[in-house]
Amino acid sequence: YQRRVHGDFMFKVLACKRALSLALLPKFSRTFSSGPAPLKMDFSEKVNTKEIVLKNPSKLKKMNICQSITNALDIALASNPNTYVYGEDVKFGGVFRCTVGLNEKYGTDRVFNTPLSEQGIIGFSVGLVAAGGVAIPEIQFGDYIFPAFDQFVNEVAKYRYRTNGLFNTGGICCRVAYGAVGHGGHYHSQTPEAHFMHTAGLTMVIPRNPIQAKGLLLASIRSPDPVIFFEPKILYRMSEDLVPEEDYEIPLRKAEVIKEGKDVTLLGYGASVRQLQMASKMAEEKGISCEIIDLRTILPYDFETIEKSVNKTGRLLITHEAPVTSGAGAEIAAKVQEKCFLHMKAPVKRVCGYDTPFPFVYEPFYLPNRVKIFDGIQELMAEQLTTSSQIPFKYCLLYTSPSPRDLSTSRMPSSA
Amino acid sequence: MCIRDRYQRRVHGIQDINRMLSITFKQLSCRSSNIFGRMFSSIKVPLPNLEVYKLDKNMFPTVAETNREELINYYKQMTLQRRIEITCDEIYKMKEVRGFCHLMDGQEGVSVGIEAGITKQDHLITAYRCHGYLIGRGDTPERLIAEMMGRLTGCSKGKGGSMHMTLLKNRFYGGNGIVGAQVPIGTGIAFGIKYDGKPEVCVSLYGDGAANQGQIAEAANMAKLWNLPVIYICENNLYAMGTCVARSSANTKFYTRLDPIPGVKIDGQNIFAVRETMKKAREWCISGKGPMCLEILTYRYHGHSMSDAGLSYRTRAVSYTHLRAHETSLHLVCRLLLEKKKKRMSK
Repeated sequence: YQRRVHGDFMFKVLACKRALSLALLPKFSRTFSSGPAPLKMDFSEKVNTKEIVLKNPSKLKKMNICQSITNALDIALASNPNTYVYGEDVKFGGVFRCTVGLNEKYGTDRVFNTPLSEQGIIGFSVGLVAAGGVAIPEIQFGDYIFPAFDQFVNEVAKYRYRTNGLFNTGGICCRVAYGAVGHGGHYHSQTPEAHFMHTAGLTMVIPRNPIQAKGLLLASIRSPDPVIFFEPKILYRMSEDLVPEEDYEIPLRKAEVIKEGKDVTLLGYGASVRQLQMASKMAEEKGISCEIIDLRTILPYDFETIEKSVNKTGRLLITHEAPVTSGAGAEIAAKVQEKCFLHMKAPVKRVCGYDTPFPFVYEPFYLPNRVKIFDGIQELMAEQLTTSSQIPFKYCLLYTSPSPRDLSTSRMPSSA
Repeated sequence: MCIRDRYQRRVHGIQDINRMLSITFKQLSCRSSNIFGRMFSSIKVPLPNLEVYKLDKNMFPTVAETNREELINYYKQMTLQRRIEITCDEIYKMKEVRGFCHLMDGQEGVSVGIEAGITKQDHLITAYRCHGYLIGRGDTPERLIAEMMGRLTGCSKGKGGSMHMTLLKNRFYGGNGIVGAQVPIGTGIAFGIKYDGKPEVCVSLYGDGAANQGQIAEAANMAKLWNLPVIYICENNLYAMGTCVARSSANTKFYTRLDPIPGVKIDGQNIFAVRETMKKAREWCISGKGPMCLEILTYRYHGHSMSDAGLSYRTRAVSYTHLRAHETSLHLVCRLLLEKKKKRMSK
């Protein structure tokens, strides 16, 4: 009996020791730089019943973006027997496990691997849909889309136009894994949507969470226009939600106002929406009420929603991971200043990546994170908040004597 | 992870990595002994059969000559490259290195053999499996690992990472992340060499997966049209990431794919085959006969990259059997040295 008591006691001592050691372990013992830690926030959302009409609203399943995409592809392949899913390494499940189980279920004549030729894959898709199929090719990383750029811009976007509707490439929905992932480096982190923004005839869609991903993907596959569906790969496993198991679609070409506010409009898409949500939480502590819009369809973008919001708030902050020059934000900023000039209380602020190739180890410095966005919000609210002295002194002199170092967060620091 | 691991976790600096690698150097330091007669007596190595396309098979030798000094040199280089790859694996798993890491252990014979067949005045450009080529071109392990960790002392000043290692002074134009992009670049380098009239070649490597990229056919056409001194080498390690060659290529004879460029297929697990073929290919290009294509059959023990175990598409049984059935260049050189020693002992 005494030995057992001793054993229990030692267990408790060891457990306490372990808890203490874990608590006291220095938190900053990493050997590489990283961005600000994410705020503890719940990013999961409920189904927006205004947009999505469900037959069984209670039949939900917890999925991440990866699984919701598999689910969407499963439904698409089941509902239309003329649908094909293919790409590099797609057959065994894909490098991100987005196509797991599809080959076993639908066979190799509908779900198959292609050789390592992006130009060939997209050119092949154009022919396939022109002959009447529905093609869902996959580009493994957004950085590899450039061999296919010619096919997208010259064939996919223009086939309908140049044949006056006799042929069309509407059956293409190309899935692309894009965006920064923390350790991607130059060629596994790029965001190429800006390169395609210039092309009339293409549609680009970017979801932010699993519910959106499934609905938008099904809508993109069934849309009568060719769509490039960019999936933020960092959210493949990180973003989890209770997703309806049935077949539902989310309308394309409509932005969504995630959160109502009256001071500043924050506009973003994909993984940047999380940063906007975190920054708006930080701003709320200062009493700034932010309105967050998820653009969802980047091209053609829903300008009505943006206009309505900017007319209400008078301030706009756009964020995306792509470089700032001629990014998606540049186009929207130009249009906003054109249409909403007299309602603006401050110039449009873009908090985006710098104009460099995507860096290898400097990624935490490059990405627009919640701190940079919060800084931008404060800058936009500078005049308002000057009197209440809630913001640093540097912004108080903003519109009277601006200094380039104070103003710009989208230029490289001069010491670099 | 237990408490002890967390307490003992510390920064792995360059000194620690050196310590891991120094085990190699201790094992490799050979005792000085009687050099007369023994060092320079040649060892004859029979070369495996090769396949040619639009070439005369007789232009390639069937036997290679080597000696003990050369064998030890090759053994040192290959073991160094092998140990570096294993070390990169370890430090990646320790999270000291992040990003993408593509290892080429099992393929050391190819990089050392190619270096043995060309000179440091020749130019070399390859794809992302480039660690061995950096060492072969003359750089140090410290600079390689510093580059992987993103330090300023790395070969590309920390900006490139594992996939973009370069060495300007020895004409190593780097690893390249985008598949197939290095082949037109290599063709351009060859054009520059020809324009300057120098007796040099450009060795342009790509993999079996990249062979299906359109830009390789474009580059090969230009090279043959303008008779450029470029040697295209397809490093066929039988798997393009997860897809085996039969499933991705209609024509798996990669040495014929760049028609009308003549081609030859050799066994990359025999370093002497690689060396002799490279020498002949270099002679061919320098004499003004135009480009040549090599297909080198080899095998990588790791998966495609650190995030790929390499077992789902190559079952454990098959990959281990291959290991045991085929000896790599390292085993070959080891065996030759031990045979030589046995012979000497028996005498």
